[in-house]
Amino acid sequence: MADRVEFELVSPQRLVKAQLVDMVVIPCSEGDIGVLPGHTPLIGTVRPGVVDMYENGKVSESIFVSGGFVEVTPDRCTLLAEEATYIHDLDQGTAQTRLDAGRQDLEKASSEIEKANAEASIKTAEAMLAALGVSSAAH
Amino acid sequence: MANLKDLKIRIDSVKSTRKITSAMKMVAAAKLRRAQDAAESARAYSQRMDTVLRSLAGSFAGVEGGPELLAGNGQDQTHLLVVFTSDRGLCGGFNGTIVRETRRLIHELRGKGKTVKLLCVGRKGGDLLKSEFRSDIVDRITGIGGKKGIEYTEATAVSDRITAMFEAGEFDVCTIVFNKFQSAMTQIVTSQQLIPFAPEDAGLGADVGGHELKAVYEFEPEESEILEVLLPKNLGVQLFQAMLESSASEHGSRMTAMDNATRNAGEMIDRLTLKYNRTRQANITSELIEIISGAEAL
Repeated sequence: MADRVEFELVSPQRLVKAQLVDMVVIPCSEGDIGVLPGHTPLIGTVRPGVVDMYENGKVSESIFVSGGFVEVTPDRCTLLAEEATYIHDLDQGTAQTRLDAGRQDLEKASSEIEKANAEASIKTAEAMLAALGVSSAAH
Repeated sequence: MANLKDLKIRIDSVKSTRKITSAMKMVAAAKLRRAQDAAESARAYSQRMDTVLRSLAGSFAGVEGGPELLAGNGQDQTHLLVVFTSDRGLCGGFNGTIVRETRRLIHELRGKGKTVKLLCVGRKGGDLLKSEFRSDIVDRITGIGGKKGIEYTEATAVSDRITAMFEAGEFDVCTIVFNKFQSAMTQIVTSQQLIPFAPEDAGLGADVGGHELKAVYEFEPEESEILEVLLPKNLGVQLFQAMLESSASEHGSRMTAMDNATRNAGEMIDRLTLKYNRTRQANITSELIEIISGAEAL
């Protein structure tokens, strides 16, 4: 068994990240999970939040994802995200505008689908802001 | 004998045509590079999506009452064909091959007594199919892919639409017909069944390792909940992939077509120039003969 996890982060547009890491923490819909080598095979949904990659006991990189799916096998971890942005590329202004746009959409939403879409984008934007808050507090 | 002035006009007109075709070729080549990159880097996502879905589908195989998007609604009477073509012409056989394949599929399905409905993505498909199948075209979606290329949201808009139609019982089986990008010279016409999800039919994820399919997964949350979210999403991803493949193919096809057109125009110019020079020479010769014979007569 390998002593590291092969972590892959894929967005519909491209392969964002493919790297060997010691551990990766993923924000799943029912709580964060840490994936170490030899993890039980698992498929789970991901909520909007921050993915942390650990190397030598420290967070080597943090990437914001806006939800998706994760597939874990003993030596691999594949995260399918709809959107993925490096934390340092996130910008409070855009997150705020997205939040406002989402709230407006929710007010205007007439159908169930529109409502769900608006709620999803609000959640994403809120998570984005939270991620920014966390990362600014940490540094 | 052709008039010199006519020939000159003809040469000039072919020359300006060549300028246009060669410019179009350059533009197509530049766009092709971007579209190709987009299509190839997106394959990673749709392939992995496919792997996950297959392993899920495997655990649902033979179980009654699975989600309809996966198992189908138990009928296969009405087929929906989603046809991907380009918005613009001048791209060689690109649209023609798609339309031919669609026509073949329609006749085959009708032969089996099924009802066929068409959803045309791209202006040309609708234009070419409407003469024969006007009443079967449900809708035409145009203007996919703006300045920044094709956005994922454009694909989800189409997939939401298809899902809504499926839930309303407007069709039972959904198949997409698109050009899969191979290289600038070759595009493969591919038809892929999306609803119900057909694992053995998935053309895009063919090179997925077989051993992974048998892995026993834990699910968080429940399998059925994951499937409920994953299936519509997969639809969007597959449509997105088809759009990207189709756009890369379109640019590739246009580049090849315009390259040929430019070369043909060049040949035509050479031929016309030769004819022009011959004619000019013949005129001079006959004028000389006239002068000489005039001088002799004196």
